[in-house]
Amino acid sequence: MAVIELRGVSKCYGNGPATVPQLDLEIRDGEFMVLVGPSGCGKSTILRMIAGLESISAGDLLIGGHRANDLPPRDRDIAMVFQNYALYPHMSVFENMAFGLRVRDFPKLGIERRVRDAAATLGLSELLERKPGQLSGGQCQRVALGRAMVRDPQVFLFDEPLSNLDAELRVQMRGVIHRLHRQLGTTSVYVTHDQVEAMTLGSRIAILDRGVLQQVGTPLELYNDPDNTFVAGFMGSPPMNLVRVEDDGVQLVCDLLTLPRPKLRGLQQHLLLGLRPEKLVYAASAPAHWPRLRGEIELVESLGAEMLVHLRAGADQVIARLPGLRVFTLGDVLELAFDPAAVYLFDAASQQRIHRDGARAGVGA
Amino acid sequence: MSSSIRRSLLAGERLWQRARFACKQAPTRIARDIFSWRFALLVLSSLIVVYPLLWVVSLAFSGQQSLTLVRLPEDAGIAQQLMVLIPLPEHWSLANFRAVLTEQPFLRWLGNSLIVAFATTIVGLSLSCTAAYAFSRFRFPGRARGMLLFLISQMFPAVLMLIPLYVIVVQWLGLGNSWLGLILVYSITALPFCVWMLKGYFDTLPFEIEESALLEGASRWTIFTRIILPLARPAIAVTGLFAFMTAWNEFILASIFMDEESRYTVPVGLRFFVSDYASEWGFFAAGSILVSLPVMLLFLWLQRFLVSGLSAGAVKG
Repeated sequence: MAVIELRGVSKCYGNGPATVPQLDLEIRDGEFMVLVGPSGCGKSTILRMIAGLESISAGDLLIGGHRANDLPPRDRDIAMVFQNYALYPHMSVFENMAFGLRVRDFPKLGIERRVRDAAATLGLSELLERKPGQLSGGQCQRVALGRAMVRDPQVFLFDEPLSNLDAELRVQMRGVIHRLHRQLGTTSVYVTHDQVEAMTLGSRIAILDRGVLQQVGTPLELYNDPDNTFVAGFMGSPPMNLVRVEDDGVQLVCDLLTLPRPKLRGLQQHLLLGLRPEKLVYAASAPAHWPRLRGEIELVESLGAEMLVHLRAGADQVIARLPGLRVFTLGDVLELAFDPAAVYLFDAASQQRIHRDGARAGVGA
Repeated sequence: MSSSIRRSLLAGERLWQRARFACKQAPTRIARDIFSWRFALLVLSSLIVVYPLLWVVSLAFSGQQSLTLVRLPEDAGIAQQLMVLIPLPEHWSLANFRAVLTEQPFLRWLGNSLIVAFATTIVGLSLSCTAAYAFSRFRFPGRARGMLLFLISQMFPAVLMLIPLYVIVVQWLGLGNSWLGLILVYSITALPFCVWMLKGYFDTLPFEIEESALLEGASRWTIFTRIILPLARPAIAVTGLFAFMTAWNEFILASIFMDEESRYTVPVGLRFFVSDYASEWGFFAAGSILVSLPVMLLFLWLQRFLVSGLSAGAVKG
């Protein structure tokens, strides 16, 4: 168990621009922190710096309160699970899991007990004599988890561990990892580009873009209260609709909708209006004072219990998540409505959220 | 026990059925195969390979020293003259082998060769494995240039090094007539090829395996000996065989370094059966066959390490 602190940590390769410019992040004791972002955002680099597999160009890394910048990986008491499992192919499952304890000169009986315990927890007891080549992807990743577990390290690091698995196994393994964390309570850092994994696993999530931390918070905080358009567009599936609107002094206008101008100081003329797809409802069933949104139906994706309806008007486009089944004709005009309290406003130039004075929730009309 | 018997019975039954099936359609298929150009080409090329070997085997077992295996009568017909082309001894005999092994110092030479070749393999492999690992995994100044230099050294004919090597090994180091001199020279001349070969293989082993071991607390040396070397077994087997054969077959350097007859390696010794003063072709042939036996055995033994895809399933790419 340990707190991990990154203080002004940066990483440069050669003389090029910094992959990670200046990162301040605290990972609390026993927390499951998910680093999420599009590929190339530096999340894996950060993980590898924590592991000691990459050097730190500037700043301090503290593990359990001690500066760990110059500690070799083996002295950091960290276990890592890799995307491609990284099992030792010439060793049996048992040997794979015991390797870390063997090189640390653990007593033989202790090794045996720990490996068997971990194998039992992960449902690997039957497979201990097999070689990795004879296992399926999901089993391989469970062995990798077990190998990390047996050493009972201070910190677990996960580098996109589920990316190589098929969809069904991914859901299953997500459950395994979640349960494991609840049982062991070990501080964990988990890297992924999948926002669903981030939402379901993370106690807190750190969203990164091009090496820069965008926002840190619990999954719901990020979902309900995004600081900027990047976070708003990253969390949720389908992501938040962002529509360009003009402030004409009285109303916010675009091709899809008009909205009474919220009473906010310092509003710029060009704004981005954010609206979650699930906040849109049929106009007929909405209160009369809710603003309307009108557009041509461009595409309907039916998911069974619900539909994703793509609407377009002029240059603007939104996706609405609507319940049930209804037959639409493409090209028809559909009228939807939304609660004005569910609207988010962003500055079009800086992409930053414009909060209503004092309040952190949606912007009222 | 009974299950294995049943299994082999089943296998036999299946084989029998397949054979019956093959027989039904056999005549046309066999005919088609025999008269195809592929078949002809294969037979021809096999003959080209086998013919010289047949000569050596016949000479070795003929029990005589002359190259003429069949003495033709004066009035030999064309058919008889053509028969000479097929090298078959008139009498089969082990006399040549017996003589080579007992009357000649052949066994001693064989021993010399074995010592030199095995030592070369061990020294060459330990040098090239460590070097190749460093070239594959570490970044250091001169890394790319070093690999290039290895390659360039292979472009010159080996004879070019004859005189410098003689000066260095025999005159400066005083290692003429010693196993050590040959072992040093052989393992070092084999080094460039071995390093390239092994580095190529090490490069294919995924980094993550090592990183994982590093995090688990293994030292570089532990990783090298307990993870990398076992995984690289196929490459090491091939490279080792190459190093062995470099030393085993080498003639020129050995003939110059070794003056005393008792220190000869086998290729040098063989040469003395057929020289300006002797033409004991029978001994030469018998000796050649004996010389190729160790390499053959080594090949058979190493074959099991040549299993490809040992690292399959380690990682999913």
